[in-house]
Formats: sequence, structure tokens, C-alpha cells
Amino acid sequence: MSRQFTPSVLTANDLLEGDVIYLDPADRWVRELDRARLFTDARAAAEALDMAEGQQDRLVGAYLAPAIAAPEGPQPGHFREAFRAQGPSNYAHGKQAQA
Amino acid sequence: MYTYTEFDHDFLATRNAQFRAQVERRLSGALTEDEFKPLRLMNGLYLQLHAYMLRVAIPYGTLSSAQMRKLADVADRWDKGYGHFTTRQNIQFNWPRLRDVPDMLDALAEAGLHAIQTSGNCVRNVTADHFAGAAADEIADPRPVAELLRQWSTDHPEFQFLPRKFKIAITGSPRDRAATRAHDIGLRMVTQQGVPGFEVSVGGGLGRTPFIGQVLTPFLPEADLLPYVEAILSAYNSYGRRDNKYKARIKIMVQELGVDEVRARVDRRFNALRAEWKGADRAILRDLQAEFAPPAFRTTNTGAYDDARQNDPVFRSWTETNLHPHRAAGYAIVTVSLKAHGATPGDATATQMRTLADLAESYGHSELRISHEQNVILPHVHKSDLPALHARLRAEGLATANIGLISDIIACPGMDYCALATARSIPVAQDIAQHFAARELDIGAMKIKISGCINACGHHHLGHIGILGLDRAGVENYQITLGGDATEAAALGQRTGPGFAHDQVIPALDRLMNAYLALRDGPSETFIDTLRRLGHAPFKAALYERDEDARAA
Ligand code: SF4
Repeated sequence: MSRQFTPSVLTANDLLEGDVIYLDPADRWVRELDRARLFTDARAAAEALDMAEGQQDRLVGAYLAPAIAAPEGPQPGHFREAFRAQGPSNYAHGKQAQA
Repeated sequence: MYTYTEFDHDFLATRNAQFRAQVERRLSGALTEDEFKPLRLMNGLYLQLHAYMLRVAIPYGTLSSAQMRKLADVADRWDKGYGHFTTRQNIQFNWPRLRDVPDMLDALAEAGLHAIQTSGNCVRNVTADHFAGAAADEIADPRPVAELLRQWSTDHPEFQFLPRKFKIAITGSPRDRAATRAHDIGLRMVTQQGVPGFEVSVGGGLGRTPFIGQVLTPFLPEADLLPYVEAILSAYNSYGRRDNKYKARIKIMVQELGVDEVRARVDRRFNALRAEWKGADRAILRDLQAEFAPPAFRTTNTGAYDDARQNDPVFRSWTETNLHPHRAAGYAIVTVSLKAHGATPGDATATQMRTLADLAESYGHSELRISHEQNVILPHVHKSDLPALHARLRAEGLATANIGLISDIIACPGMDYCALATARSIPVAQDIAQHFAARELDIGAMKIKISGCINACGHHHLGHIGILGLDRAGVENYQITLGGDATEAAALGQRTGPGFAHDQVIPALDRLMNAYLALRDGPSETFIDTLRRLGHAPFKAALYERDEDARAA
């Protein structure tokens, strides 16, 4: 039968800026992972992904990224997502600079 | 140096105007991402982890001072004040915004720079020996041929949709500093009865299935070069495996058919083609050779240099690592390290770029080179100018004396930037450089090369020590290879065994270096020579702490 669904956030890159964005619980695109909506249900996640794929004029490359529930909001479920949420480790550029 | 003709300027202006319109249509929603992506890639624009990335070609690694200043301006105006020089003699800007890219390309075009064919399944930026036109051991400057190849391959209608990307490297010296055997086509100048020509190798490449290129012909007369290269591309274009991305490079064709069959196909095509080339290429090459004429070298004494070497130990140690023999008496080739201990390999700030442009203007006939080893070269500096040059470099933090040492590491951007990465490269390089800084002169000649995924942009297979970052069950893990060689004695490194966690890489290399220092036959025996003499066993034993094996060796 179907595999258990890994809790995920919906993420993409912003078309204009190229930076990482996440879908929040109100279906708005935000720039911080901990404000993202955490999907725990495969169907709701798939529907949101469909919706994002229709937003070609706003974003690029939407996908579901593994995330972990935490009181302060979703946390990265993989080290790649940690770098996307934060920025590179050699300079304080990217999101870590905006925080 | 080659300067753009009106034709070149018009061509670039047209291309840039087309791309500007394509960006507008993407922004208006008229183009979907699927439609836009191949268009942006044809113009060097990638989308990476945190932002877009613009990859600009530095053809055969040659830049003028004016071009270097333009790169600095672009970095300041539209990026975060720095650029990253890559192993393919490109520069990457890591933070452009989509809307700004057409302006960036227009600005670059003012200085005769472009991002065309830095991506996609076409002939990529032709790379060359970074000492071209200067090296004492060179037969002839390979850059006129490289420029001819650039002009011929740019927008070549037959080769815009090859089965896969295609990389050509060229050296005018029998000493291979351009890793030619790791390219789809490698051209190494050799002589036969005093006449220069090229040894042509084919099917080299790193990545998932690495191969050292095989010799297609040991001597190709220079006059046949372009028809012969076209024949190779043509044979590949009709055979290449478009059905499978992982089998689409020419190296797979060479493996599947065997080099003899590839040679037969190339020869057939060459025989049909050669007559069609009516000599226009020869005429263009002659003009290009005039453009690359060497600068007027001075003849003054080198007393100031000799005195400074006597009296200034910091200067002396820099001259011992960062200079190479020049073909003109009294001159030296200067390599400026972009590998200050703890810095990101290949990164230069806009300020550093401007300093280097100024120094090239004052002391180096306004010429600069970018090496595939991610350093900057001032190819023609008179030795009497070196003390002053060194003082300026020191003041700007550019006088790191480590060329060819353990801290002179090649590292790809890895997961700090690259969307394809499976692990980081940069922090590993930073850690190694800092950790071994105090011992690096004792350790001596060493090539460490690091890639953040199997695509091997960091040439890890060719490192004396190669490091490949992988994702092992959601954790960064680093596989080590030993014994790679990027020179004319090209060899692929061999995997030692299981990989190491990020924080175990330094302890592992420590054990490896301790073993080398204990096993070498005196300080003049380099790591790679010791490895070749003793084989891999004692080094593997040290890496994996099998003490008994280590003692037995
Ligand atoms: S080797 Fe991999 S991680 Fe490194 S730059 Fe190339 S594709 Fe990116």
C-alpha cells in the first residue's frame, strides 16, 4: 500500500529574485521556513503542489520538501533544506542576512 | 589579445536584445518556465539554491585589465561585490535578479565578454593553459587556435543541439596544465620533425563515469585542426546517445565503439570535409596570430629582484611558490593565489579584481589569466617589478604564498550554492587550508580537489587527494580518492574505501599526512611520488587506522 507521507512544506524559488519561498497556511508565499504550512496529509499537499504549478508567473520549480514539526514552526527535514532556509555557510548572505 | 570586431559587437548586441525580450516575455507570463529555461541556459543563466546564477565565459582564461574592471563593476552593481572563478575558466555571479540580467549582459558586452554557450548541449567555453603565451616550455601560444575555435563554435548551427555538452581544452606546451585529457577533446601541442601540430585526445571526462581521454591521433598538422575538430563533432553528433542523458557524452561513444572505430568514423568524415574548407580558417588564424603577438618585452637588469630575495624572507618564500619560468629573459609568470587560508577558493571581491586590473596595467602589459585551478595569473611581469608588485599584493591580502601546496585547493561551489550538490565543498576546503597552514611547506607539492557531487566540477578524480561530497542517508559524507593526476601523466584517483563524516575529514587527512611524512624518502619526495613508489596500501591503512597494516608496510 501507499507509503506513509513524510510531513512536508511546499517550497519553490521566486521568479524575480530567485530566492527560496514557502507556502504559508493562508496560501501566501513567504520567505521563512518557520512560517510555512506543514502538510501532514498527502492529498492536501498534492493539491497545493498543483495549485503552485499553476503559478508560473510567480515562482519556479515548486516541490514538497521534508520538514519537521516544532513549536516555533517547521524545521528543515534534510540538510539541503537547512541551507535553502538559511543561506550559504561561507558568507552571511541569503536569508541569514535578512533575519 | 583578441579585441572584438564590429561583427562580434553586433552579434552580441543582437543576442542580448533577444534575451532581453525573452526575459520580458517570461515576466509578462507569455513564456512558461519550461519554455524560458532553455533560453536562459543558452545565455548562462542558472537558477541555483538561493538565487539565479550568471556564468560568464573567460575564453581560454584570458582577460584584459579593462575586462577585469568590468567584472568588478558588475559584481558591485548587480551582485554582492564578488565573483567566483571556476574550474572551467568562467566567472559566476551568485546573486543576480532576473530583471537585472539583461543589463548585466549589456555591461559585459561593452568589455567584450559574454555568457553564451556557458551552459546547454553545445561546445562550451574553450579552456587553455593559463600560462599560454608566457611559459618557458611552450611550443607556441595556443590562444589563436582557441579563439578560432570560439568563433567557429559560437552559434554554429550544426552543433547547437548536441547529444550533450562538449568541452575542448588546449595547451601549447607538451606540459599539460589544462587537464586536456579530462576533456571531450584535448589538444596538446607537440612537434614532429620540428613542425608544430597537435596530439588529439577524445572521450576524456570526469563525472559519473570518469575516463582519461584516448589518443585519436598523435600528430595532427595545425592546418587540419578545424576540419578535424568538426569531423569529431560531426561523428559524435550523429552517433551520440540522445536516448540516455548518462550515456550521451562522447566518452560513452568512445567506450561503446572503441577508439579505433571512432577514429575510422572521424577519418571518413574528415576526408569528406577537408576539401570543403577552402582556407578561410587559415586566413583568420593568421590574423588572430597577429592579435596575440607577445608584448614588447623589456631588457633591464633584475638587481632589485635579487636584492629583495636576499633581504626579505617573506618575498623570497612567495617567489618560491608563486612564480613560474617565463619564456623571455628577466621575466616571470606570477600566480596570485585566491586561496588565502580560510577563504573560499576562487572567490575574488570587486576590490581585489580592481587591484589586480591595476597591477596588470602597471606591471603586466594589462593582461590577466584565470586558471582552472581558480587562481589569477599575471603572465608577463619583469622581475625587477616583482618587489613592488608583491608589496601591493600584500597590502590587499593577495600575497598568499601557497601555489601548488596543500591549501591551494580546487573546490566547486557545492551545496552552499549549487542546486545539484549532494554535500558542501567550500567549508571542507576552508578547514583543510587552515588546519595544514603551519605544515604546508613541509608537506610540499600537493593537489587536493573537492567536488560537491558526482558531476565532478571540482575535478576530484584528478586530485592527488580527491574529495567527493555525498549524501549518505541525509548526512554529508566525503569519499576520498588517491593518486589522481591532471598533467600529461593523467590518471584517475582510486577510491580508498568508505567515506568520512564532515567532521572526520580533517582527522582522516591528518593521519594520511602523518603517514606520508613518515614514509617519504626525504623532503624532496612528494606525496604523489611516495604514493606511486609504495602503492596505496600504507595510505589506506593510515586513513582507516589499521595500525598493524601501517606498521607492516
Ligand atoms: S560538482 Fe556538483 S555540486 Fe559541485 S558545482 Fe558541479 S554540479 Fe554543483
